Amino acid sequence: MNVKRQDKIATVVLYLISGMIILILAALLLYILAAGLPHVSWHFLTSPARAFEAGGGIGIQLFNSLYLLVLAMLISMPISLGAGIYLSEYAKKNWRTTFVQTAIEILSSLPSVVVGLFGFLIFVVQFKFGFSILSGALALTFFNLPLLTRNVEESLASVQGSQREAGLALGLSRFETVTRVIVPEALPGITTGMILGAGRVFGEAAALIYTAGQSAPALDFSNWNPFYIASPLNPLRPAETLAVHIWKINSEGIMPDVAAVSAGASAVLVIVVLIFNLSARWFGKWLFKKMTGGD
Amino acid sequence: MQKYDVTKTAIKTFSQPEHEIALQTNDLHVYYGDHEQIKGVALQFERYKISAIIGPSGSGKSTYLRALNRMNDEIQSAKVTGSIMYRDLDVNSPQVDVYEMRKHIGMVFQRPNPFAKSIYDNIAFALRRHGIKKKATLDEIVEKTLRQAGLWKEVKDSLSKSALALSGGQQQRLCIARALALKPDILLLDEPASALDPISTSVVEDTLTQLKKDYTLIVVTHNMQQAARISDYTAFFYDGYALEYGATNQIFTQPKLKATDDYISGNFG
Repeated sequence: MNVKRQDKIATVVLYLISGMIILILAALLLYILAAGLPHVSWHFLTSPARAFEAGGGIGIQLFNSLYLLVLAMLISMPISLGAGIYLSEYAKKNWRTTFVQTAIEILSSLPSVVVGLFGFLIFVVQFKFGFSILSGALALTFFNLPLLTRNVEESLASVQGSQREAGLALGLSRFETVTRVIVPEALPGITTGMILGAGRVFGEAAALIYTAGQSAPALDFSNWNPFYIASPLNPLRPAETLAVHIWKINSEGIMPDVAAVSAGASAVLVIVVLIFNLSARWFGKWLFKKMTGGD
Repeated sequence: MQKYDVTKTAIKTFSQPEHEIALQTNDLHVYYGDHEQIKGVALQFERYKISAIIGPSGSGKSTYLRALNRMNDEIQSAKVTGSIMYRDLDVNSPQVDVYEMRKHIGMVFQRPNPFAKSIYDNIAFALRRHGIKKKATLDEIVEKTLRQAGLWKEVKDSLSKSALALSGGQQQRLCIARALALKPDILLLDEPASALDPISTSVVEDTLTQLKKDYTLIVVTHNMQQAARISDYTAFFYDGYALEYGATNQIFTQPKLKATDDYISGNFG
């Protein structure tokens, strides 16, 4: 068999494999959207869930998911940035750094249900935060931090070393070089990683079941004082998210339209995650152009 | 490779200077971990001249150059001993503010490394960080340094374009302009034209020859024709020693040492 033929066969095989993967993914996506979209309406997106009768929505769950996401990212973004910058730019290459990097890698492969139980024991029980948005956000931080840190570290490491030399040779301090030259150049990669991380957090259920809780008490959208018990912004109220809601009604839902609610909620979840992923790409590209002064 | 008795011939001291000296090193050693890369180099660089450092690969010429503005500090395992006298200051002493010092002793690297910013910001960026904020002043310095680097005509209408869109030769001249913007006394250039095509190389060389009116240049090059074309003094490095140092045309026409002669006539490299 000659080389040309071999190459052809290899190409065909690779095409077949990737085609299969795309087909499976597309079929899944289309199925979820086709089954769910007919049930999605403005009413469905905005009204509270109903436990015993048909016609409930996912309004509170959707809001909870978004609020939890914002809180979790607010906590994890600065920490992962700091840790990533330290590991990539400041840490000496010795066994301690390698140890930390390995620990982060192991942490990133931790099953989310374990993260959830850890969060339950620490935040819910030990710190007495109860089933609350705060407990959930902290658990999600633990869940997300390793991946975000690695992403920041890798994005920074991919900036060429000659850029660091350029900054230093101009009399800039290391901190100035990192914050003004290296981070801006790595920003597209960092942003993409953050948004993808946000998508992961948005779809996460297992880590939240025992931390943010499985109930969605009614919210008073007219009072945004975070200390008011029914305020949407109150971080100490229990908050069932969209992903948890889907899991819950599928396992114990007794409303008559449970299948429709579940399908609709799944479609909404998938669409939001899709929006995250697409915007990550678009935003990353846009940012790169903006940062590099190209037009 | 031929063996030369380098320890006997290496330059260890120098006579009293006749001209104004911009920079001199005494017994400079550079170690990377256990490996001694520079084994005691004593050289003086005259003000407003171009001094070239030539020598085969691995002779330590780039390592030596990088020691002069402490860029080796960034390499974890590197250690530099000996003194680097700039005015009355030992650059190599731990008390020196390296960031301030690097404003006086600038550096241009082998591969053009403009920032991923606009052409204007590549020059203005470091100035702003050093406290020059006035737009008019910045404009003036940007234009002046781009002219000095021979790039102004080519880019004056596209200052807001990304520096990464420039050609390699233009990028390198931008890097030179960027270094000049800080008004350094001394400019260290590490094989500044080695990544460029012949035409860009000749433009960069012209730029350097123009610059010696106002700056002291120390250029590492593996291109001997280049050293002969642009430099006033040439140092020949071999195996971590500076073996021979003198006026460029003396080094190239009547080298005193066999090693220098062999290297210049292309017997090894």
